[in-house]
Amino acid sequence: MNFDLNDDQRAIKQTAREFLTRRYPLEEVRRLALEEERGFTDDQWRELSELGWPGLAVPEADGGQGLGTVELVVVAEELGYAVAPSPLHSTTSAALLLAAAGTDSQRERALAPLAAGERIGTVAVWDDPPGRSPSEAMLAPADDDTLTGRKVLVPDAGAAEIIVVVGAGGRLWLIEKGDRVEVTPTPGLDPTRKLYALELDGAPADELRGGNGQTVTRAHAQIATALAAESVGIAQRAMEMAVSYAKDREQFDRPIGAYQAVSHRCAQMLLEVEGARSAVLHAAWALDHDPESAPLAAAMAKAYASDCGFRVTASSLQVHGGIGFTWEHDLHFLLKRAKANAHAAGDARFHRERVAELIGL
Amino acid sequence: MDLTLTAEEQAFRDELRAWIEANHPGPKPDSDEAAFEFRRAWQRTVFDAGWAGVAWPQEYGGRGATLVEQAIYGEEMVRARAPALANGLGLAMGGPVVIAHGTEEQKQRYLGPILSAEEIWCQGFSEPQSGSDLASLRTKAVRDGDEWVVTGQKVWTTLAHEAKWCMLVARTDPDAPKHKGLTYFLMDMKQPGVQVRPLVQITGEAEFNELFIEEARIPNDNIVGGEGNGWAVAITTLAHERAGLALALQMELKQLLTAVIERAREQPYNGSTAAADEIIRDRLAQLYIETEVLRLNAYRGLTAQMKYGVPGPEGSLGKWHWAEINQALTELATEIEGPAAMARDGRWTYEFLRARANSIEGGTTEILKNIVAERILGLPRMR
Ligand SMILES: Cc1cc2nc3c(=O)[nH]c(=O)nc-3n(C[C@H](O)[C@H](O)[C@H](O)COP(=O)(O)OP(=O)(O)OC[C@H]3O[C@@H](n4cnc5c(N)ncnc54)[C@H](O)[C@@H]3O)c2cc1C
Repeated sequence: MNFDLNDDQRAIKQTAREFLTRRYPLEEVRRLALEEERGFTDDQWRELSELGWPGLAVPEADGGQGLGTVELVVVAEELGYAVAPSPLHSTTSAALLLAAAGTDSQRERALAPLAAGERIGTVAVWDDPPGRSPSEAMLAPADDDTLTGRKVLVPDAGAAEIIVVVGAGGRLWLIEKGDRVEVTPTPGLDPTRKLYALELDGAPADELRGGNGQTVTRAHAQIATALAAESVGIAQRAMEMAVSYAKDREQFDRPIGAYQAVSHRCAQMLLEVEGARSAVLHAAWALDHDPESAPLAAAMAKAYASDCGFRVTASSLQVHGGIGFTWEHDLHFLLKRAKANAHAAGDARFHRERVAELIGL
Repeated sequence: MDLTLTAEEQAFRDELRAWIEANHPGPKPDSDEAAFEFRRAWQRTVFDAGWAGVAWPQEYGGRGATLVEQAIYGEEMVRARAPALANGLGLAMGGPVVIAHGTEEQKQRYLGPILSAEEIWCQGFSEPQSGSDLASLRTKAVRDGDEWVVTGQKVWTTLAHEAKWCMLVARTDPDAPKHKGLTYFLMDMKQPGVQVRPLVQITGEAEFNELFIEEARIPNDNIVGGEGNGWAVAITTLAHERAGLALALQMELKQLLTAVIERAREQPYNGSTAAADEIIRDRLAQLYIETEVLRLNAYRGLTAQMKYGVPGPEGSLGKWHWAEINQALTELATEIEGPAAMARDGRWTYEFLRARANSIEGGTTEILKNIVAERILGLPRMR
């Protein structure tokens, strides 16, 4: 047993950290979030694509790098740490579902370009109004095999050319931009990931029929775990900001970190961040190597990291006092991304119910 | 990263599992004294088969196993519901400290009888005026030829009534700054200068004691780690205590959790069962997740310890987290139990009461948070 990244995984982590630190300083994050309509630039996307990130966990046969979920979460954590606005997670999500369930022709047409970063993708999960759980979607095709209905809270749909739509019974359809679908922006809590509503008006229902229940469940678990990893990175960053502020800021003639009400808050952050990281690494490993325990492991990771992400960023805000509540400070980008992540791909409550079922409650 | 057991680890587990199955002594007797002798006999059986002190060096009677194998050992023992070994403190702390800081003579002298449970150990750190602020302790030792003469009082000393040896920290230099004037001794408990008086706990049991030490004698050869170096040795002891605890206890926690889940499935509740109640389900699922997180953190810590050596301050996180989960779980168990929890003889009522000590024994949660804040996060020391 060796519960640590291996040398290759460590190298990926380091490359990601260095690249993202260079390209996404917090001023740039702010600019992208507040000024760029899609939240990213073509140059930035091209660079991520050159690193091979969109196809990181896509099989080599489909034009991806054929790496595992562990490598995927290593990059996702760094993306979260940088709070980088990017359609990477959305594209990866679409690619994972296509890899799990696409037919040969769908893979050739849609998956390969996603893996190469030639096209951007996303997944439309929520009906309008969204139910509490991501598995409650009701959308179903009409008799003439077309889709009509509304999907909301779809990330990065403004840029996406390939959209995987989730419908009743977990069925999946592939839709391409222009296929009788109208996309309108929705103001979002998290400005680092843009949200849209989709109006499907007789869009051709090109169903993904190449997989089975298991492969699709696994892909959803990979998506949830990657998002959980992002939240670990966000929480790590928020914790580091809190600790460094607690060392610098003085009140009553001493650094505020000397007060236990503050230092114990920081200790609590560490407990949760390390715990969430362990849970995410374990889930990622199980998704690659232990299919039997993977669904439970992924549900635990998403539940724990969802709570951790929100709690740690909120706690960091408290440590910062008034300045942490200002638009001018960067902390709110972390808080908002962590909070939005907590609700996406099934919230903590949803995943705890999964856990309850899986442990026989 | 590879979370599967290696072939060697698997072989280790299979061999141990088969051995426990063939040698399990059955349920322990009820009375405290009989239960202790039962556990002592069990440890002797374990020792004779070469399964005591698995991670200790072979030359001192151990098995030279890796830390992961040691963790597997703990998991297998708990899984088989094997009795706890009698000499818990000697195995978890006394031995590792002698291995880390002792002389060759000390290793030859003390390690074997710890493993065989021939000599039981206790830990004499806490005093009436020195709990969390351990370095302020007042028990004093004065040099007299080849011996030291010790006078003072210790408290909360678990197993002192059974012990032959006490890991005793005493002040040998009253003029030095408080962390510097301490020395770590191994004190023979069987001498007229040492009086042991049991203290009854809130559960009604008497696991721990007061020690009255009146001119007890300790040979100079029984110093561990050198005169004036007691603080560093004590810290090693505590690091081992916390790291070991977090690993061993997560497995017990898991068993307790399984029992609570079973209970919840049977317990009638609002016309159905407790397990069907949304709030109970949610809280139990959360505790299941926390227990897993504790385990995963512990294993990640093990990998780090195998790479970098001694257990670090991270053990404090695990000990703190464990206390929190165990307290929440036993509390939830009594809620599931309902009004029956008012009866004193119920299992969950006992577990609920015993768990109150978790956030005090082995360092209070507040002190552990201080350690995490100061030693891991580098926050300023609290004054
Ligand atoms: C079941 C059990 C078994 C034990 N076995 C042993 C044993 O075998 N050998 C041994 O030596 N000891 C043993 N102990 C003692 C244990 O280590 C001490 O009880 C513990 O260290 C706390 O010391 P105290 O009881 O004096 O409490 P105090 O130190 O007086 O603490 C009282 C309260 O004040 C808080 N506090 C103290 N200082 C600070 C601070 N700086 N910041 C914030 N809060 C603070 C504490 O967290 C606690 O809540 C045992 C205790 C128990 C409950």
